[in-house]
Amino acid sequence: MITLINIELYKIFKKWRTYIGFLVIAVIVPVINFAMLAEGEKSLDFMTRNLQQSFVFVGNLLNGYLVSYFILISLAVHIPFLITLVAGDLLAGEATAGTYRILITRPVSRMNIISSKFIAGFIYTAFLVLWLAIMSLGIGMIIFGVGELIVVKSSGIIIFARNDVFWRFLGAYGFAILSMTVVTALAFLFSSLVENAIGPIISTMAIIIVFLIVSALQINFFRKIEPYLFTTYMSSWRLFFDDPVDYAALYKSIAILAGHIALFFGATVLIFKRKDILT
Amino acid sequence: MPEEKIIEVKNLSKEFKELKAVNQLNLTVFRGDVFGFLGPNGAGKSTTIRMLLSLINPSEGDIRIFEKSLKKERISILKRIGAIVEKPDFYGYLSAFKNLEILGKISGADVSRKRIMDVLELVGLDKRSGSKVKTFSHGMKQRLGLAQSLLHDPDLIILDEPTTGLDPQGMKEIRDLILHLSRDRQKTLFLSSHILHEVELVANRMIIINQGTTMVEGKVSELLNTSKMKVTFEVDDSDKAKSILSETGYTNDLESVINNTLIFNMDSEKIASLNKYFVENNINVSAVIPTRSLEEYFLKITEKVS
Repeated sequence: MITLINIELYKIFKKWRTYIGFLVIAVIVPVINFAMLAEGEKSLDFMTRNLQQSFVFVGNLLNGYLVSYFILISLAVHIPFLITLVAGDLLAGEATAGTYRILITRPVSRMNIISSKFIAGFIYTAFLVLWLAIMSLGIGMIIFGVGELIVVKSSGIIIFARNDVFWRFLGAYGFAILSMTVVTALAFLFSSLVENAIGPIISTMAIIIVFLIVSALQINFFRKIEPYLFTTYMSSWRLFFDDPVDYAALYKSIAILAGHIALFFGATVLIFKRKDILT
Repeated sequence: MPEEKIIEVKNLSKEFKELKAVNQLNLTVFRGDVFGFLGPNGAGKSTTIRMLLSLINPSEGDIRIFEKSLKKERISILKRIGAIVEKPDFYGYLSAFKNLEILGKISGADVSRKRIMDVLELVGLDKRSGSKVKTFSHGMKQRLGLAQSLLHDPDLIILDEPTTGLDPQGMKEIRDLILHLSRDRQKTLFLSSHILHEVELVANRMIIINQGTTMVEGKVSELLNTSKMKVTFEVDDSDKAKSILSETGYTNDLESVINNTLIFNMDSEKIASLNKYFVENNINVSAVIPTRSLEEYFLKITEKVS
């Protein structure tokens, strides 16, 4: 199994499309950081405009933590797209290239083939999220330094002490790996159904965008179905930036996302084991 | 001692919605056979090969390879099979060497540099081992397909159209390789091909299928000897030849005369006696060309169904 995973990782990282995600993050994160360097103070003033009459803010509020927090919020919809570029290609890419035939006639079970591909897809997902973490925290800290993190919520403003922030980012990025793995699993499922990677990429993104729109609309009907959409729980990384952290809600989100991963992967296994290879 | 059955297919069927691609097919391949698998386009050859390699699940029937059930012991069976299925596709962004290394590792084969280079040399690709496969011609991919099928030293080699895209020299090399694998390495080969002459040259047993069903199966020599064959005699004087033939039963076998060429449709054992008869009657025979081939036999069998 380890050999199969290594081979799948080798195949993933030998394709140029794999590096699109890393490249996009390597470009967009510095751009956001420089934009914040130019306009960040204004944004911070705007965020805290209602409180400035009652409170005096001192210290380095525009810091690497704040910029990283902004980046995490703003890229939540875009990272799934980068993930589907690779995850949607994991199985469909073999069909397109015609390599299913040489792969499936090897003396290994289809279960092992599919598991190794999924694990390799998960590792790619984790690397991409870690790359985002390293880039956004690293560049943010280099340019702005560290300081207290100010988080504006509908319920009010929370200011976290400088030494109380880093572990929250670790938790948030860890959670992001889990939620992005749901995207990987969904794209992987679609990838098992078709013979071209474009289909899984578009289908996965369409589902995520529709679910996010449904969640964003303030309509009663949509409010009722929102708890049943996996995208609702993908943003639960924000729970790490509550004080105190609502662990019950966090664990519920983790369980629901893990359940979706199991469901999507299970469906893929069932489909793939019965699939006739005609390409 | 009965011959060991390497492949035994019983009542194999495959349906795709309305289409019955393979219909109650039976065939047996024995150890050491070079087994020709023939049929017109759409006869169900590729579907059958895909079922033998577990790429497609049969709708009905039983496949036993190395006397084991393919359904129950797929992995141990595939360890002993090397195959090319239709056009050979590889990871184009990797080199020929790397493709073989990856596929060999998955198969549990010896993937040492020496072993991979030996196999590449066998198919004439050793000088291109480092080139990316996407730069290869179809013929080169075909050779690489053969290399991957031989890498893990399998007992049974299934080749689906192995000479497609090869030039005449390449076709001869593959033919020689097949004979070498069969005679010197005691491999069993299952060979599907549209080039009937090629099968005729290498196969000892064959099957012709059409519309997913067995038409004939048996030893090539026996199947080709059961009916009459066309023979062309080139003589120095066709008028004289015709006149002396009128006194014999050979006249019934004479089909046509073009210039000094006489074309007969006759039993193969009569060829030598006719030649002798011409010579004894002072007719010089410059050539005796048997034109009845597998191709003709194939057409006769498959046209029965059409």
